Amino acid sequence: MATEEHGSGLAIHPMDQFVVKPLFGDGPIEWYTPTNVTLWMGIAVLAMVALLVLSTRRRAIVPSRGQSVAELFYGFIHKMVEDVAGHEGLKFFPYIMTLFMFVFLSNMLGLIPMSFTTTSHIAVTAVLALLVFLTVTLVGFYRKGIGFLSMFWVSSAPLVLRPILAVIELISYFVRPLSHSIRLGGNLMAGHAVIKVFAGFAGAMGIASVVPIAAIAAIYGLELLVAAVQAYVFTILTCVYLRDAVGDAHH
Amino acid sequence: MATEATGGSEHAVGMPQLDFSTWPNQIFWLLVTLVVIYFVLSKVALPRIGAVLADRKSTITNDLAAAEELKAKAVAAEKAYNEALANARTEAAKIVAQAKAEIQKDLDAATAKADAEIAAKAAESERTIAEIRDGAAQAVAEVARDVAAELVAALGQAADAKTVTAAVTARLKG
Repeated sequence: MATEEHGSGLAIHPMDQFVVKPLFGDGPIEWYTPTNVTLWMGIAVLAMVALLVLSTRRRAIVPSRGQSVAELFYGFIHKMVEDVAGHEGLKFFPYIMTLFMFVFLSNMLGLIPMSFTTTSHIAVTAVLALLVFLTVTLVGFYRKGIGFLSMFWVSSAPLVLRPILAVIELISYFVRPLSHSIRLGGNLMAGHAVIKVFAGFAGAMGIASVVPIAAIAAIYGLELLVAAVQAYVFTILTCVYLRDAVGDAHH
Repeated sequence: MATEATGGSEHAVGMPQLDFSTWPNQIFWLLVTLVVIYFVLSKVALPRIGAVLADRKSTITNDLAAAEELKAKAVAAEKAYNEALANARTEAAKIVAQAKAEIQKDLDAATAKADAEIAAKAAESERTIAEIRDGAAQAVAEVARDVAAELVAALGQAADAKTVTAAVTARLKG
């Protein structure tokens, strides 16, 4: 980034929005320092409480609008877990719902101008993906013992090919958390950076800036879609991986 | 990666995502957030929503059963109503037929009585007419005889009553 031309010309700093800053003062960032990460994760928690707890306070048989939305989220993820991971997977429903609500709300909150997108950071998505990876691996070995390894031994393939397939399967298994996390973080980071770049153009182009502004509006719509779809993709992949650990049939 | 340069108006150098000095902070707060969300969801939100959905399902099932029952009742009521209606119709038809038959009987009796009276009256009238006719014929014969006797006398002949009568009678018959 060699855009350090203060004052004149294009001064676009698309990555500034991702900088982790302490909320109070300028001190160094220790592990416990309250930062903008803390703030926006806290807002996500509050949004989750408002969406799923406050709206369902009345426990109405005929739901209010807010309760309908909460029930929609519940039904959507519940059905996804049941369909993809199987009936056994429902034990992990609260866990998967946690992941989905966090990713979805963080993505959506990140679209608020001037906000901080926690899910655009590899640190966050990597931890989420590693948690899924560790859960699947540990649950798989706990439930199936050494038999969990049989998912790498493709019994439907010819015997000669099986060792080769086993190596490929093993590599793909360990690449999962990487693709799982970079898919989410990369999508969000790229979209937000692109919006910021266009915003920089809009500031420098005078009357012609209607073009970048229109582009920002279009990309913003796309980003809304990406925010929802990436949360969905992250969750459904979690369910798919979980099926390996809890389901009977593999592949 | 210059961490200390991220405080004020300084701009990001490279990708802040790869500034590993902020990772412990992010990971710590992420774990706190996930634990909070997990507990809120698993202790409050999800059981509550699940209970509401189950409640609704059972309510709907009950309502459907009740509706089915009411529907069956309605069908039965309609059937009973139709039956009653049909019964009433046949009853009414029966009463109408009976009334008609009675009226017909009365009518027939009245007609017969009237016919008999008319016949009696007609017979009487006929007798009266016959009497009058007989009386008239006798009178005509008498007048004829008298007129004949006068005529004979006027012509200067002695009128034999017997002959005149015979002649007049013969003429009247002729």
